[in-house]
Amino acid sequence: MTETIAATVQPGASDDVGEARSLTQDAWRSLRKNKIFWFSVLLIGLFVLMAIWPSLFTNKDPGFGDISNVRERPSSAHWFGTDTQGYDIYARTIYGARASIIVGIMASLTTLLLGGLIGVLSGFYGGWFDALLSRVTDIFYAIPLLLGGILFMASFPNGPNSSYFLVVAKVVLVLSIFGWPTIARLMRSSVLQVKPNEYVLAARALGASPWRIIRSHILPNALAPAIVVATINLGVFIVAEATLSFLGIGLTPPAISWGVAISDALSAIRTYPHVLFFPSLFLSLAVLAFILLGDAVRDAFDPKSR
Amino acid sequence: MADVILKADNLFKHYPIKGGVLRRTVGHVKAVDGVSFELQRGETLGIVGESGCGKSTLGRVLMRLEEPTSGTVNFDGVDMYSQSGSAMRKMRRDIQIVFQDPYTSLNPRKTVGDIIGEPFEIHPDVLPKGGRKAAVKELLDLVGLNPEHINRYPHQFSGGQRQRIGIARGIALRPKVLICDEPVSALDVSVQAQVINLMEKLQDELGLSYIFIAHDLSVVRHISDRVGVMYLGRMVELGTEEEIYQRPTHPYTQALLSAVPVPDPTMRGKREQIVLTGDVPSPANPPSGCRFHTRCFKAQDRCKTEDPELLSRPDGHGEHRSACLFAEPRVIVETIDVTDLEPDARFASTETVDQDAFAGGDGRLPADATSVVERSHATGESEGPLDRPNDTHRLIDNDPAEKRDPSV
Repeated sequence: MTETIAATVQPGASDDVGEARSLTQDAWRSLRKNKIFWFSVLLIGLFVLMAIWPSLFTNKDPGFGDISNVRERPSSAHWFGTDTQGYDIYARTIYGARASIIVGIMASLTTLLLGGLIGVLSGFYGGWFDALLSRVTDIFYAIPLLLGGILFMASFPNGPNSSYFLVVAKVVLVLSIFGWPTIARLMRSSVLQVKPNEYVLAARALGASPWRIIRSHILPNALAPAIVVATINLGVFIVAEATLSFLGIGLTPPAISWGVAISDALSAIRTYPHVLFFPSLFLSLAVLAFILLGDAVRDAFDPKSR
Repeated sequence: MADVILKADNLFKHYPIKGGVLRRTVGHVKAVDGVSFELQRGETLGIVGESGCGKSTLGRVLMRLEEPTSGTVNFDGVDMYSQSGSAMRKMRRDIQIVFQDPYTSLNPRKTVGDIIGEPFEIHPDVLPKGGRKAAVKELLDLVGLNPEHINRYPHQFSGGQRQRIGIARGIALRPKVLICDEPVSALDVSVQAQVINLMEKLQDELGLSYIFIAHDLSVVRHISDRVGVMYLGRMVELGTEEEIYQRPTHPYTQALLSAVPVPDPTMRGKREQIVLTGDVPSPANPPSGCRFHTRCFKAQDRCKTEDPELLSRPDGHGEHRSACLFAEPRVIVETIDVTDLEPDARFASTETVDQDAFAGGDGRLPADATSVVERSHATGESEGPLDRPNDTHRLIDNDPAEKRDPSV
């Protein structure tokens, strides 16, 4: 009898031993219930699949232009119609995902690494080192991403036979050069927030090296906001790539990209709006997906919103 | 008991105040301003003082978490501040710290096993890799936590349990000295007693020496063998627990002690209270002469110019170190032994509480704060469902030799 009472008073007191829930697991738990999160993951998964394996979605050659059959309206043969060069719009939109996804992911990763490194170093070491790095950050922060991109790409234009890899790498490079200061500032401030905590002092008191303190105490606690902003930035970088391509200085034909397609469609915007519509729709959906994902992740990692 | 394990000599820690556009140094905050003391092996040195008097800075300078402006610390025969690199790392094994706030002193993203195991990772030669998990479980058991909770995260524990995790991390490397920077001031009173009893138990088992920094005079009295009183970065009085609490000679100590509440209703209104006027002067611009003269009830003109040193001065019974030109003993806490007294019928509430709490005990009435604390222990106040049911028994300090004389 007493045992049953004890069991009801302390439900699960013994069997929850060993259950471990970190903040990441808490975040995952709340993400799992978030419909917006799953929606964005589904969209991003689709786009990534398109980027990796476009022939899964279409068997048409995006580089084959049928001049006798231009600006055709959507039909069963050409789902999205054909553009001013007679290219199949559906195939080109599918193949265009690759450029946007590569540019977005690579630019986000490099800004996260570069900005993260600079932010951690200046936040952790402080003093004149921080002052120097912060001023450099400010200088780059003062140049708008797009203006910097236009200046850079206009100074180093693509040649007619530049390889696809080189063209994409150049866009990634320019977006990284002008995109890292946001992450660096964010990282610096969150490192400054984490550093005075007593567990960092305790690690120092134990004789831990600066590298160990950064790796196992500072980074895990300071990384979440930077990851969230990097996810949201992914959408921003995709937009910037499309803008540069639209202006004719980002990716240039023969490279296939949504920005290039939008730029090509402009000549016939009033008479054949469908040529503009489909690449724009995909671009907007991709950006929306990444921004929604970033928002969902931010909410999940913010304990106050729970 | 006789040998000195840690000796601080003329420690100074001044923080520069930067001002103006060019960030020039315009002054110094004198957080620690010439502190000397020694710590015997196996003893507990309590350090008390009000907020901002430099207690915590002293602790951090002793740990070399902050470099001192000047002064030396001799630890077990070695000059601490001349060590560098690996020698300093090795020395850190022998001197560890427990922090005040159990909520910020544990990394929220690491499991308890990682937190307590980190000392072994930083000093890999202490234990082979295979034995670390067992060592962590042993430590958890030693501080009265369930060794099965090794995979839990700090937020799954209560404040008192977290503080015990912090203590386990501090003693993992079997240090010789443990600096406790207000280890219980963030905890509930009942939990404070548990943690303090745990610390006393660990001291007996591991032969630790403690530097116990706190602002709670009763807690310090309970745990300390010797006590140092700090005011504005200086040590103003240093002596054994008995000398400080029964025969204080420095007016600041006397004023502090007169403010301690005495749990004895018969003393109500009869006690002399020394109420200090004014605020603590800024440590950036401390008063000339004796630092305490601006608030001292004994201050004379001499105090404004002459800086009294921390010297042995007579206290009526013997002598102990005090930094006052007019040092003389003054009895502050006059409590009478109420053990054998019939409880006054007017204090009905006292009687009720006593009978409740002591129904299963030896039936004695509580005489002072110590026994009240013990009583709350004996009734087994646990910290919540996370504790093992038999947890509390292991923490009861029922060694009769430890019972304090209620008459002091």
